[in-house]
Amino acid sequence: MAIIIAEHLTKVYPVAIKAPGLRGTLSHLFKRQYRQVEAVKDVSFEIQPGEMVGFLGPNGAGKTTTLKMLTGLIHPSSGTLQVADALPFRRERAFLEKITLVMGQKQQLLWDLPALDSLRINAAVYGIDDREFQRRVGELTDMLSLADKLTQPVRKLSLGERMKAELLAALLHQPKVLFLDEPTLGLDVNAQVSVREFLHSYNQHFDATILLTSHYMADITALCDRVLLIHQGQLIYDGALDALLDRFAPYRQVQLELERPVLAADLARYGEVKSLVGREVHLIIHREELTRSISALLSALPVLDLTITDPPIEEIIGRVFSDGVVL
Amino acid sequence: MRQIIHKSRIFLSVYYAYMVEYRAELILWVLANSFPIIMMGIWTEAAEGGTFSLSALEFARYFICVFFIRQLTIVWVVWEFEREVVEGRLSPRLLQPIDPVWHHVASHITERFARMPFTLLLLVLFFILYPQAAWLPSFSGMILAIATIILAFILRFLIQYTFALCAFWTERATALEQVWFLFYLFLSGMIAPLNVFPEGVREVLVWTPFPYLIYFPASLLVGLPVNIGQGIGVMLGWTVLFWAVNRWLWRRGLKHYSGMGA
Repeated sequence: MAIIIAEHLTKVYPVAIKAPGLRGTLSHLFKRQYRQVEAVKDVSFEIQPGEMVGFLGPNGAGKTTTLKMLTGLIHPSSGTLQVADALPFRRERAFLEKITLVMGQKQQLLWDLPALDSLRINAAVYGIDDREFQRRVGELTDMLSLADKLTQPVRKLSLGERMKAELLAALLHQPKVLFLDEPTLGLDVNAQVSVREFLHSYNQHFDATILLTSHYMADITALCDRVLLIHQGQLIYDGALDALLDRFAPYRQVQLELERPVLAADLARYGEVKSLVGREVHLIIHREELTRSISALLSALPVLDLTITDPPIEEIIGRVFSDGVVL
Repeated sequence: MRQIIHKSRIFLSVYYAYMVEYRAELILWVLANSFPIIMMGIWTEAAEGGTFSLSALEFARYFICVFFIRQLTIVWVVWEFEREVVEGRLSPRLLQPIDPVWHHVASHITERFARMPFTLLLLVLFFILYPQAAWLPSFSGMILAIATIILAFILRFLIQYTFALCAFWTERATALEQVWFLFYLFLSGMIAPLNVFPEGVREVLVWTPFPYLIYFPASLLVGLPVNIGQGIGVMLGWTVLFWAVNRWLWRRGLKHYSGMGA
């Protein structure tokens, strides 16, 4: 049985509108006018226990609103919702003990104290006894490679260490369902990789269900087989990540540094030339052509350096939209 | 019950550590609240020149009590709560199986203990400089004063937390507190004991919460005559009233908060 069931979820917000200028300000002061904004429209999906699902969409698409409905922070305007056998908006103790929400930039730990102190508070809140607390902290510290960091004041930690400590605090009660909103935002590549590895092992170890939003494609490709794509409040894709990439991002970005400048016409035979500045080249190459094109290019051109990257998620979503809705 | 004691112990010990981190600021906060000492200077001077219902010595004792009571009943929950709502930091707290107010309660209680050494130091200094003002309150006066100071803190916390809940709607709940503070400043006995107020004003004031936040416990300590039964009754009445309004606003506020996007 699914651990998350959302049916026809809709969320409408009133947003105050104000005309510019003094007149607008005065009328705003005395008589506010509101416009109804549909942040989430008729979204339905199910997630099975133990699944790791990527939740993608551009800024303002409705990801965070959906996560807040799933955790019970906000009421859906219509539709039904069941998470871990409970109605989230009731926020009953049994439900709260089974879930967690991590919002990338929202600080939970007490800034001037060592993280261990904040963890003790969490342990008290969730009724975890001392021995069990020590065991869990030890286990999670190992998984996150955070040894000796927990006794330093939080403000002295690097951004990556702080994010890991936040994760530790959010997972101390061993939730079965994790809602993660941009858990790697602002982290350097190494820290991103270690957070990703941790989430993967947490999922394996505790058979936890994870719904994760991220702007970094690498987070999603490393962790999620399945993705939900949301745009302007509507769910436009629910399925395997590979199928989405094949369909909407069947190309790779190739960056070259050459020994000497080459004519654009000579580069065009290997792929679409996106930019050519001096000895720096940016090519777009179809995935199926990638191996062939790269080996041809390496043998024909004086290449000093070569990097292959995925197109940014925003670009893929942009493409999904220029190609029309897919569901 | 054991769970509750365990939880309180952890909350208090962690928040005490947190408050001690700010010891330098604590000294400044103690000094910043030395307004009653200034008032003491003005009133003792005035009492020596004119006829008031209190002597210069009684004014001195009264205002040193005001200083002490202010140190023990300082509340700032409205600023913290407003920031939590505006910055969205309340949301993660709402996902924990405990009312977020306990974090504020713990930080307020422990701050009193962290501040206490500096407050006591200033008191000792005061009595060294002004030994004739020293006195020993009666035992019953002391017990009653301690009880009413605790009650005054609870009432003041509740009132300010009730204003704080307006942050769900206005995002500027502190403005309410500032208006309230103006009344508190004049009517609580902070700038003058109620004894020097006109009779008619006094009769109205004893039914408001203001004099019980400072004047009432201070009078008990100094030994000024007060109606103890009425005082405690009015304090409890306002506490119950603000408690009811507070809980009602909390439920309505949460509904509104979740409706507007948390």
